[in-house]
Amino acid sequence: MKSIATPSLSRRSFIRTSALAGGGILIGFNLFQACKPEVVPPVDIADLNFNDFNAFIKIADNGMVTIFSPNPEIGQGVKTSMPMLIAEELDVTWNNVHVVQGALDTENFTRQVAGGSQSLRQGWEPLRQTGATARQMLINAAATKWGVDPSECTTNNGVISNGNGDTLGYGEVVKEAATLKIPENITLKDPKDFNIIGKDIPNVDVDNIITGKPLYGMDYKEEGMVYVSVLRPPAFGKKLHDFDATETKEVSGVIDAFKFGDKIAVLAKNTWSAMKGKKALKAQWKNDSKLENTEDHDKILTDLLEGNEFNTMRADGDVKKAFAAADKVLERVYESPFLPHNCMEPMNFFAHVTDEKIRLVGPIQTPAGTARRVAALLNRKPEEVSVDMTRMGGGFGRRLYGDFALEAAEISNISKKPVKVVYSREDDMSAGIYRPAIKYKISASIKDGKLTGYHLKEAAVNSNMYGLIPNFFPAGAVENYQVDVANYNSNITIGAWRAPYTNFLAFAEQSFFDELAELMEVDNIQLRLDLLQNVKGHNDDRIQYSPERLEQVIKTAVEKSEWGKKPEGVYQGFSAYYCHNTHVAEVADVVLENDQAVVKKVTCVVDCGIVVNPLGAKNQIEGGVIDGIGHAMYGDFSFKDGKPQDTNFNTYRLIRMNETPIVETHFIKSDIAPTGLGEPTLPPAGAAIANAIKAAKGIRLTKQPFVKNMDNKELLG
Amino acid sequence: MPVYNLKVNGQPLSVEADEDTPLLWVLRDQFDLVGTKFGCGIGQCGACTVHADGVATRSCLLKVSVATEMDIVTIEGLSKDASHPVQQAWKEIDVPQCGYCQAGQIMSAAAFLKQNPNPNREEIRDAMSGNICRCASYNRIEKAVEKAASNIS
Repeated sequence: MKSIATPSLSRRSFIRTSALAGGGILIGFNLFQACKPEVVPPVDIADLNFNDFNAFIKIADNGMVTIFSPNPEIGQGVKTSMPMLIAEELDVTWNNVHVVQGALDTENFTRQVAGGSQSLRQGWEPLRQTGATARQMLINAAATKWGVDPSECTTNNGVISNGNGDTLGYGEVVKEAATLKIPENITLKDPKDFNIIGKDIPNVDVDNIITGKPLYGMDYKEEGMVYVSVLRPPAFGKKLHDFDATETKEVSGVIDAFKFGDKIAVLAKNTWSAMKGKKALKAQWKNDSKLENTEDHDKILTDLLEGNEFNTMRADGDVKKAFAAADKVLERVYESPFLPHNCMEPMNFFAHVTDEKIRLVGPIQTPAGTARRVAALLNRKPEEVSVDMTRMGGGFGRRLYGDFALEAAEISNISKKPVKVVYSREDDMSAGIYRPAIKYKISASIKDGKLTGYHLKEAAVNSNMYGLIPNFFPAGAVENYQVDVANYNSNITIGAWRAPYTNFLAFAEQSFFDELAELMEVDNIQLRLDLLQNVKGHNDDRIQYSPERLEQVIKTAVEKSEWGKKPEGVYQGFSAYYCHNTHVAEVADVVLENDQAVVKKVTCVVDCGIVVNPLGAKNQIEGGVIDGIGHAMYGDFSFKDGKPQDTNFNTYRLIRMNETPIVETHFIKSDIAPTGLGEPTLPPAGAAIANAIKAAKGIRLTKQPFVKNMDNKELLG
Repeated sequence: MPVYNLKVNGQPLSVEADEDTPLLWVLRDQFDLVGTKFGCGIGQCGACTVHADGVATRSCLLKVSVATEMDIVTIEGLSKDASHPVQQAWKEIDVPQCGYCQAGQIMSAAAFLKQNPNPNREEIRDAMSGNICRCASYNRIEKAVEKAASNIS
């Protein structure tokens, strides 16, 4: 089947309507399918059951609109911003819109998640089309009632008018609209007519959050459910040898304890008994593979950087030649540790496995994939598995991996009970899927005062940068440019962590540009702007960033931060980066208090296209910047004999309010389709403060976390 | 197993539990008051903050056997209808991102403002530094505490 559908065909394939028994209309659409840029229509639309739709708009006969959003909310605000797109084109007042989590029946469909800050970008057109289609149906119904042509009708805040002065509320025509054909030609609003998009809309769950309502997986419970604490191998490289659960079974409230794989499950009537029961286990472990140390990784990654076993991700011109002909060469190595995600809500999942079906409930970023893996694990049919998503107490990438759901399913399968696996903070931090330790070596060649070559080498544990990352700035700006990657296979599990790879790469490169400017004796911002000139008008379709948009955020940040105009004692650091389709520039203001560098303020300029919900967008931006600073300053995580050395917040340091700068946000005014905000303000933050600390203290930081390296004499610039 | 009589949100409640059970788990698992959150279990993150005799207290470290003598208030009991000035300020400023830590943040702020109704910025930053927000909504928490203070006075 041809994969490119016409708009009308794609609309029909994901929209279906029905009259509601109690009055009103239900418009169903498959949000995941709707959000795909290219839609493959189902073979026969008439065969579609309503279970194939995972998002609904309900318009009641009193005109109230309910939007059922299937999107998992990890704190990025999509449960508010995505329904805003629908409501805008439906042309109703936001006060009459109620947003609820999508229906719980997952028998016949799987809900999907757009990760990587992609939800709004991919939902922009289709969600507005859905709202506009519904609006057109209501107009058509009203026009029929009046005996006028639909083109003579207009809508305003849920009221339809014709040229004769007649008006009908949406609620008055829903019954008729439900019987009409789905219109094929719809018009989207001109952005200048937006009433909801671009307005500050509060988080739709704010009332539930501030009153402590059960929203999260941790809060989920049902009749007969038992709580489970799991003892996992204490180190990467160890396996279960033997165990004794005698004392565990004596703990009051403990129901059972058994082995599954290399882990031991303790089932109890409540969480505390399960945790106590786990502590009472006597387990012996045996070595299964190498027990690794951070010191080993340090050496291995350095050796990889100095070696020859690279994969080349992008190569322009001839870097070798450029370096051979150079007048000056700058070479720097940047180093980062592993990082745990530390979602505030520790991992947890509910599972109930019966002969008929498998029911999973909990916080997960990838419900469909997890359902498939559970089915495969228990040798069951995928259609027997249902997943209900709860609100998530943070994700940051950790909840892309359904390991905790698989544990719950396996334990329920063995015990034949509805179970909820609950991680302690120690479990969460030591059974992690970490941001890998990475080292970058960046080299630049200068000839006749010009940057002629740029060579980036990456050495990482288990995995390397992927996709379009090697084509980010300064790709395209330097004639001789090369990105090489190498990796080391470790038994330590690694995975995506908020803004994968760029969360550290941006620090390395944006620190490097400042040092490069010093060596070239040019202004650090002018260097970036000059390089961007070289990219303008390029015809390299691998390059996604826009030199014009990057230039604009840089220039705006210079202006808004009063760059170079601050009073004595305020030291500024600059950084600009493109990732996740969004362009960002940040300036950090640092002062010295008792000779300590303190970040007071960060000015953040963002070009994310049209800002759908400025209130929510600013929250993401402030959080991203502070998260970036927190992990660059304090995030430290190491292994000794395969064992994570920090397991709770008494030794693992997360940024706290008294260490937090004020973030001042400025948006570039734009009429371009929106792009994501969950990740892109994090990567530039580390370099902005590192460059400011250099200005304040003369220390050039190349290793994260900064606190551990600030007093290192070798780093004194 | 001993039975403990507690006073939670003005209600007398009794529970059968081991004497070392933290109040947190009694609230969550036995009393269905799940607004009080588990974050670290060692009193470092503040997600489990409740008021014990009006004082912000980490319920993960408060044994049920000790809590019997106290007047316990959880997020569910801070107000009947989200009308507490701190809750109102949280809503006005639109503080939450993932929201998981916010009940603890609100309970800390409410107890702090009772003790110091007119705090300056540094006092707010110090008082709230016991509560971790992994989404780093700190700028808004700070603003909301300022807002709540001005609403109270």
